[in-house]
Amino acid sequence: MRALGLEVLFKGKNLARLLGGLWVAMKISLISVGLSLPLGLLLGALMTRKNPVCRAVLRCYLEFVRVMPQMVLLFLVFFGSAGIFGWNISGELSAVIVFTLWGTAEMSDLVRGALVSIPAHQYESAAALGLGRAQTYRYVVLPQAVRRLIPLSINLITRMIKTTSLVLMIGVVEVLKVAQQIIESNRMSSPNAAFGIYLTVFMLYFLVCWPISLLAKRLEKRWG
Amino acid sequence: MNWEFMGRYLPLYGEAALLTVRLGAEGIAGATLLGLVCAMIQYYKVPVLRSVVTGYIELSRNTPLLVQLFFIYYGLPKIGIPTNAAVCGAAGLMFLGGSYMCEAFRSGLEAVDPMQTECACALGLSRGQIMRHVVLPQAFTVSMPPFMANVIFLLKETSVFSAISLMDLMFTAKDLIGLYYKTTESLFLLVVFYLLILLPVSLLGAALERRLRHAGFGT
Repeated sequence: MRALGLEVLFKGKNLARLLGGLWVAMKISLISVGLSLPLGLLLGALMTRKNPVCRAVLRCYLEFVRVMPQMVLLFLVFFGSAGIFGWNISGELSAVIVFTLWGTAEMSDLVRGALVSIPAHQYESAAALGLGRAQTYRYVVLPQAVRRLIPLSINLITRMIKTTSLVLMIGVVEVLKVAQQIIESNRMSSPNAAFGIYLTVFMLYFLVCWPISLLAKRLEKRWG
Repeated sequence: MNWEFMGRYLPLYGEAALLTVRLGAEGIAGATLLGLVCAMIQYYKVPVLRSVVTGYIELSRNTPLLVQLFFIYYGLPKIGIPTNAAVCGAAGLMFLGGSYMCEAFRSGLEAVDPMQTECACALGLSRGQIMRHVVLPQAFTVSMPPFMANVIFLLKETSVFSAISLMDLMFTAKDLIGLYYKTTESLFLLVVFYLLILLPVSLLGAALERRLRHAGFGT
């Protein structure tokens, strides 16, 4: 225990503090997920429209957000808003803005993929049966698209949770920052704390993301 | 925009970009190798090793690179494993990428119809020959698009290297913002350099995918 620096965990409120830090990260990712899923659905549906202007604009947004590393987007919003516009946006708010923009882009691409994957004969058969546009979507397209979409969007949620760890770099006090603080303050009494504490953070992320991935995999198998 | 400032610090960004590309290439090469080995282990259903690979994949896919790097860089020296930042960066990328690459190769290997291996077997090809001449060429075309997507994903992930004090693009940008308050210029250069690295790879991936779409056997 001592050699691995795990005893620090049980000293005082260290474990509770770590979990508190994890909750800060989870809150940011949950808010971003909650915002980007509906926005992504909307944008994804818009992208299947034929309107060229609408498509070009959405495509530019999508390509830029997806090709840039999320760290760069965080820097652009966090430092850019202060340096260029003089706005003082907190780290948490910048993180929510960035992850929502990014999540929306990823989600809209998933939605577009799911809608495009429905073969044209499904639409034609629905039309031949005399279904209206709304009816076609309600009874034919959506039930099939949603089955493809749900496992993929659950995967997107784990990706967003993992990406939230980046907020450390713009000064948000989340689980890694708390880990650093705990290691610093126990430097003398347990010099090996870095191993145990970072291992704990590693396992915490794993314990959060693993069940969600398993769920996605199961749904994919059942509906695949 | 202060062009003179940007001209002065262009070489600094160039160096940082080189570091990003170099470590990214090392990490991706390592990840490809690791992924290939893991995919082979899963394909041939090697006992024991197979469950090790499954465990590794779950661990690596469900944790962020930043946390993996912190553990490797700050944690491992405490139990007597010496580390240096550049090696850690590449090793972390390899640990993360190995599982993604494995999935890409596995999907390719699984896409090859068992009939193909049976036919090759009937023709008297050995196990190695079947892999080399029958399975791999077909698996390759299926694996290529996810492989390229992984390459881009891993190159993007290199942006967290600054956390373990590697002087990459993010580090340089943050440094210049902190030193001179030239936020617009620093961020502009940051975006330009990442585009210079990522756009060619992204375009190459799209071109390869277009070419390979017609190469699949019997589809």
